[in-house]
Amino acid sequence: MSPLGANRLRPPRWRVRLQGSDTAWAIAFVVPYLAVFLAFVIYPVGFGLWMGSNPSLYGLLFSDPRYLNTVMNTLLFVAIGVNVQVFLAFLLSGFFMSESWWVRSLLAIYLIPWALPALAVFTSIHFMLVTQWGLLDSLWRGVTGDDGPLFLISQWIAMTANIVSFIWKWMPFWTLIFVAARMAIPRDIYEAAEIDGATGYKRLVHVTFPLLANVYLVSTLLATIWAFGDFATVYFVSSGAPAKRTDVLATYGFHEAFDFGYPNLGVAAMMSALPVLIPLVILLMRRVRMKGAQL
Amino acid sequence: MRRPHPGRHLGYRQRRRLVTVSKVVLGVVLLIWTLLPVYNMLLMALDADADEFTGSIWPPDPDLDSFRSVWTEDYWLMAHFWHQFGNSIFLGVATMVLTVLIGSLTSFSLGRMRLHKGWIITDLSLLTYVLPTTFLVIPFVHIMHRYGLSDSLWAVIAAEVTFATPYAILILHQYGKLIPMDLDEAAKIDGASPFQVYRLIYMPLMAPALVAVGVYALLLAWNEYIYQYLLLSSTGNMTVAVMINQFFDSDEAPWNYMMAIAIIYSLPPIAIFYALRRFMVAGLTLGGVKG
Repeated sequence: MSPLGANRLRPPRWRVRLQGSDTAWAIAFVVPYLAVFLAFVIYPVGFGLWMGSNPSLYGLLFSDPRYLNTVMNTLLFVAIGVNVQVFLAFLLSGFFMSESWWVRSLLAIYLIPWALPALAVFTSIHFMLVTQWGLLDSLWRGVTGDDGPLFLISQWIAMTANIVSFIWKWMPFWTLIFVAARMAIPRDIYEAAEIDGATGYKRLVHVTFPLLANVYLVSTLLATIWAFGDFATVYFVSSGAPAKRTDVLATYGFHEAFDFGYPNLGVAAMMSALPVLIPLVILLMRRVRMKGAQL
Repeated sequence: MRRPHPGRHLGYRQRRRLVTVSKVVLGVVLLIWTLLPVYNMLLMALDADADEFTGSIWPPDPDLDSFRSVWTEDYWLMAHFWHQFGNSIFLGVATMVLTVLIGSLTSFSLGRMRLHKGWIITDLSLLTYVLPTTFLVIPFVHIMHRYGLSDSLWAVIAAEVTFATPYAILILHQYGKLIPMDLDEAAKIDGASPFQVYRLIYMPLMAPALVAVGVYALLLAWNEYIYQYLLLSSTGNMTVAVMINQFFDSDEAPWNYMMAIAIIYSLPPIAIFYALRRFMVAGLTLGGVKG
């Protein structure tokens, strides 16, 4: 709509080639990042690939029933955790667009989980769950009069606790992203939609969501990639309890490498997520580049 | 904007009341949802009985003793608390400054100076995420030993900056599109060097996005745990995050001290976050809106 026409009038990008000294400047500006990238991404990634390159490691891995359980947990953790949090964040961002003062102040409180250090809050959640005397059991006793369950004895409750804590921690961040995106929607689009009879639910589905689809997709991709690498949630909330049955790849690899002393096996475990991660990253690159061309 | 359209099926007033009631209910649910774990932290920190749970919803006899003990470093595990707190702050601030600096230089070169084939660098930066943070940690630790950076805060800073910069470049790149190129061109005609354009035009106009990215980097460093745990081993170089974890390994369990430390550790990011909150929403335009 707006900047597209203006862009067409400009000469295409290749014609405004930088002049000699400017190119030198432009290259000098990206040198710091390239240095970081070479030293701390390329080298470790290459080293990691080399560590996990022995095929026999994967035979060892796939014959471990604990590994298969871990893969299932990781898929559940990422699929449910990411989709629920991004979808709820999208809906809640609409609520937080409200202009009343108390909703604004609620937003300030609602963002606390993002600002709190993961270690501190996940430990707190762990203690809410861990014994008969944790806060959740106390609340349970207050309501029903009976002793509460021991949450971390059941694999499913422990896994649910991990996912819920993960959502609790990161949903505010995505809500903020969506609030920022919604604020960028010009008001006249809504006014036009209202004249055409799109209000309430219809407006959400036919106007807001299509406008935010790109943000939604990029957020989901980023959240998925980050969730695969999330270590703190499971490490602190359930600590793998009961009996390491709620480990995800990140904690499994960590234990293999640093507690059991098989760094190569740990790398291989994490490497086994690559078939999922590589397509996601490629998709992300494409989205980012496409938008670059579009705007 | 969220006001219901007047006068449809239900009476206007009834509809309005319904909307208000459901908003309040949602608000209360969100409030409890958000604050429950935070409340639990306070509950445990205020409990005078160090090593057992009270099993009650209110602190039986609230007591600030644990905070006092942390303040005076009155327990062997937290004997160097304030020094380690300083380490955490140094780590966070260094990560923030370096991320903003490197990210802005890169996005200036790619977005404003239109470096030829610049998109390759954007793509490369996203390649960092092929192996997420935690997946890279094993080779990273090995390599830091090789660089001679084991037990050094700089190793952790390098890791945090590495993982914060791709996102910073992404956000800055998007935000930069909102600033008209004519400004840069006008400055260039007036004889400004690219560095002057960067410092005098780009940086001030990008302020909201730079703040957003800086807070993001700071919170990343403050949230991140595994690199600090694996790279920092001596008491002098430890951060608070690593020190807190030592409570789990110790035989005694003064959970009230641990929670008091956790609360104090949570305060700086909260303070910075609220001080800069205004900029955050303005600066975090991810992807832009198609329109």
